[in-house]
This record gives sequence, C-alpha cells and structure tokens, in this order.
Amino acid sequence: MSEYLLSIKNLRLSFFTNVGEVKALNDVSINLKKGQVLGIVGESGSGKSVTAYSVMGLTAHPGKIVAGSIEFDGKLINEMPEKAMRDLRGNDIGMIFQDPMTSLNPVYTIGNQICESILLHTGKNRKQARQRAVELLELVGINEPQKRMKQYPHELSGGMRQRVMIAIALACEPKLLIADEPTTALDVTIQAQILELMMELKEKIDMSIIMITHDLGIVANMCSKIAVMYAGKVVEYGNVDDIFYEPRHEYTKGLLKSIPNLYSQDHEKLLAIEGTPVDMLHPPKGCPFAPRCEAAMKICLDQMPDHYPVGQEHYSACWLIQKEEFDRGGIV
Amino acid sequence: MADRLVETRDLKMYFRAGGSPFKPKFVKAVDGISLHIDRGETLGLVGESGCGKTTIGRTILRLYDPTSGKIYYDGKDITKAKMFPYRRKMQIVFQDPYASLDPRMTVGDIVGEAIDIHKLAAGKKERNDKIISLLERVGLNSEHSNRYPHEFSGGQRQRVGIARALAVDPEFIVCDEPISALDVSIQAQVINMFEELQESMGLTYLFIAHDLSVVKHISDRIGVMYLGKIVELAESNELIFHSAHPYTKSLISAIPVADPRLSRQRKRIILEGDVPSPVDPPSGCRFKTRCRYATQRCESQDPKLQEIGPGHFVACHNLDMVE
Repeated sequence: MSEYLLSIKNLRLSFFTNVGEVKALNDVSINLKKGQVLGIVGESGSGKSVTAYSVMGLTAHPGKIVAGSIEFDGKLINEMPEKAMRDLRGNDIGMIFQDPMTSLNPVYTIGNQICESILLHTGKNRKQARQRAVELLELVGINEPQKRMKQYPHELSGGMRQRVMIAIALACEPKLLIADEPTTALDVTIQAQILELMMELKEKIDMSIIMITHDLGIVANMCSKIAVMYAGKVVEYGNVDDIFYEPRHEYTKGLLKSIPNLYSQDHEKLLAIEGTPVDMLHPPKGCPFAPRCEAAMKICLDQMPDHYPVGQEHYSACWLIQKEEFDRGGIV
Repeated sequence: MADRLVETRDLKMYFRAGGSPFKPKFVKAVDGISLHIDRGETLGLVGESGCGKTTIGRTILRLYDPTSGKIYYDGKDITKAKMFPYRRKMQIVFQDPYASLDPRMTVGDIVGEAIDIHKLAAGKKERNDKIISLLERVGLNSEHSNRYPHEFSGGQRQRVGIARALAVDPEFIVCDEPISALDVSIQAQVINMFEELQESMGLTYLFIAHDLSVVKHISDRIGVMYLGKIVELAESNELIFHSAHPYTKSLISAIPVADPRLSRQRKRIILEGDVPSPVDPPSGCRFKTRCRYATQRCESQDPKLQEIGPGHFVACHNLDMVE
C-alpha cells in the first residue's frame, strides 16, 4: 500500500482534434496524501481541469491517455473497466463542478438528484436515501431541507445550488473530493461561505481535496500543497509557504507579482507577465513559458527542463535553478 | 474646488419586472445614488452581482434613461440632453470581450466606426493612420487591423475594445468589469495599460468591478454598493484600512489574500445568507437581513450617507456598535 491516496505518474493526455493533436497534459506527476488539500493553479488551457477529469475517468473522446498512470487508493484507475470506474465515481471520489447553474439537472428535484447517487452506491432503500439526503442538506447548511428536497434547481440561488452540488458530491462520504473552480461563479461573500463549508466538512469526514482554481488567494487560504500548471505541465510543486514565499519558477514568481495586494499602502505598479498564453495546438519547442520569460536562456527555447528538487518536497522545472546550482559548483 | 467632471444627484433607475398593470413590480437597480467624479480621477465601484454597479455606469452614459434624478457632465445637465455630442467625450469598455465585438467586422472597422460616425478623419489615409496609431497605443500593431475578432485572445480583444473607446479621444471612460473575463497573467497587463492611458491622455475613469483588490489598486476613491445604494464611499486606502460599514468590513475580510501566513492570522467575518432580491428589497436598511448589528431602527429607517471623516461617507445607524 503506497503512502499516497492519489498518485499520478508521468501522465500524458492528448485530444486528437480535426486540426491536430493537442497535448493537454504533458508529463504530469502529482501525489496527494490522505487528508491533504492540494491546490492546482493555472490559467485557462493550462490543463488543471483535465488533470482532475482524468482522475474521474471523464476525458471522453477525442481525449486519450497516451502514457502514464493514475493510482487511487492502491488501484490503477486508468486501466479500470468502465463498470468499476462507475463504482468509484461518486462513491470514493466526489466532484464539484464550476458552474452550479448548469451542473444540476433542471427537470429533477433537488431531492431526486441527491438520492440518485445514494441509491446507486449504497444498499439503502428509497426511504432511507431520502432521509440521508435531508441530513446532507442540513450538513451543508441549507435551511428547511424537507422543503428544499421538493424544489427544482431554478428555485435556488447560486450559493444554494453550489451547496446542493457539495451535498451530492459528499453523499457517499468520498475519500477524495475534486473541486473544479467551485466558487468562480459566486460572489465573494458567498465564496467565503462555501470555502469555509468545504474546510469544515473535510475535517468532519476526513477526506482529501483537490482544489482547482486560478485564484491564488483561495489556494493560500485552503491548501497545504500547490501545483502550478502551465501549458499542460506542472512547472512548480511544493508546500503552500514555499510556493508563496520562496517561488523558484519564473512563472510562479511572475504570477505572484502580477496580482494587486489589497493591503499595500502605496501604489506600486503591477509587474505584468508580458505576452499571451500558449497556443496549445502549436506549443513552443522547449520550455513552454520561455517565450514570455524575462530570464529565458538559449537552452530554454530548445529543451524542456526536468523537475529539479529545490527543497523539502519542493520541485521546480526551470533551467535557471540548474544553472545556479552549476555556478555554485554543484553537480547537475 | 476640484473640477467635477461627472456628477449624479439622487439617481434612480428602476426596471419593470412583472406584476399586474395596476400593481407593477420594479427592480430597483439603482436607488438614489449621488456621486461625483473629478477630472483625472478614478472612482471605483464594487459590489456583488445584482447590486446595480453596471446599471449606474450605463445610466451615467444614458444607455438607459433614468427613472428620476439628475446627471451632470462638466457642469451641464445631461439627464434629458441629446447625447450625440457627449458620446465623443464619454465612452465605455464592456466586460465581455467575446460578446462586445462584432464578429463580422474587422478590428480596423470596429475601431474606425466611431471615427466615421463622428467624422474625425478627412480621408481614407487619415482614417487608416488614426486606426493604426490607436491600435499601437493599446499594444497591438497595424497588421492586426485587417483581422477579425475570433483570431484574437481574450486579452487582445479587450485591447481592441479599449482602442474603440479611445477612438473619439474621450475624456471619461466607464470601465465595466473590463478584466474579469481575462486570465490572471493578462489582467495585470490590462490594468497597467489603463493606468498608462490615464496618465498620457488625462482620462477620468469610473472603474466597476467585483474584485476589491483590483479596484483598490486602480482607484483614487472607492464606493461600495449594496442593493442599489452606496453604503460606503471613501479614499481607497481609507476604505480598506478604516472601513466603517459592516458590509464593507465583511467584504474585505471575505477576499482571499494571496499570502498564506496573513490569511491564517486574519479573522474572517462570514456573512450569513444571500443577497435579497432587488425586486422586493427589504425596507429600512437593505443590509439588515445579513447584518449582525441590526436593530429596531434599521427595520424602519433607511440610513443616509453621513460624513464620518474627510471624504469618508457611510450609511449605517450603528457605527458605534461596529468593531
């Protein structure tokens, strides 16, 4: 039994589209221990959602895992037959999607949708399932759960719907909860409610969370580990404090400098990362960030650097680090 | 006295929302807002969705005809005025760069349309030169002018939207959530560009956004809106560090800061419940349903904005109770 609940190794995943192969994930490795909260940050198209979807086995045609493995709780997910996968989904792994407006089915009641996964995965009968659903609604802080059970999604506000989504995801007390931008569509005060709820529930049922977001504030608040993704690669991985206070990849550094600080007294100019995100159909040859990187060297345009350990469980894929080591006389 | 470019007095904008012809219902999107923006200044407006911040921006530009109240531009009452001459001075940059550019027009024509309408160029050559200089000003180049919007990324499209607003050489621009549809690494580029343009062209902005950190960065003063009303208005640093209204306080504390140590120490005020519907806003203080300091007085009496420090206005009955 490995020490990790989830272990993704050298995952490569491509979408074979009409206009060519899009390498959405390019050698992604991520480990997650039990009870940890991992944040995956990156821009749109960086592959953060695809990583999560691949864990759920939801990368349908034209997406295909080309290489690598995903191991969850000692089982290899990527080789699992669809039937076994279905047992896993919603049972051991729960998922919350980005947009609570579109991810609930508008023609079924809330109660119906929560019961669905309970009936599917546990031996409970209809009556017990409804009872459990009411409990879940209470758990996620929805008042008058009996009444809500009979309501349809359009009768609830965005924050309420996201709470229902969380109730569905938690119905079978999963070991892992994947949250794909769970608060992007919500207002800040509602976002704070939902994030706090997620952390409370994490303690209560002792699960791990993968939090996918582009908001560095959210990861700083919630996560213990962070993976920074860029163009289908994990460019830096480490503990939350290491990433924020000692970032070692130029992209991470750039990101941190480019967000305005609420608590700064004087007006400092933001240091923007110049250029535009990578066109995934025609990615650059070497390091994908090199065309936007101020410190780029010759080798960066030519070869992709490997992950290089820069501290305790802290990795960065950047040639600069290896150059620094070399200059210091270390062995690369 | 500072030079007031834009001013609204008790501005109201109601939208009809069902009800019977005898008992119509209204969404009170903007309900009695008085504010002013000085020349060269940036006023930021923050608030949650549905609080009326976009509506006020559009009403100031008379894209909506206000229900009541007055709008002044450069000292003149424009509440009922013919807007054509003012369109050259007041412009807007919209939120969604994917929806606000006509997909069938080239970028050159999108930017050039305003030049044509206001007859700002004498001939084809001058028009072309103008378009190219505008594109260059927003960090695009001449070869982009023959392309269509779909060929551009979100950040580039927003630049086109800004170039279009700049085409008539305006004085005042309403920026309606101009960066919320953009990627994080692109947001800073666009914010910096707004600042550079302001400096070089002496622009005045009404900057509307829901992200308080961004608004704080770009604005001189900030107004916080809740359900169609301004609940607090102050100079930016004053608002962040000495906020007085319970809603502003919880809004600030709800923002996740990108600093793990700070966020561990920070005490968070989590607001209960949702924003009530603007169709039937609560009587008295509109924030009372979510406010932990609410008293009898808040039930019946609508708090007025009062000045608690130089330029710092708050609308709350229980300021002495709020920690």
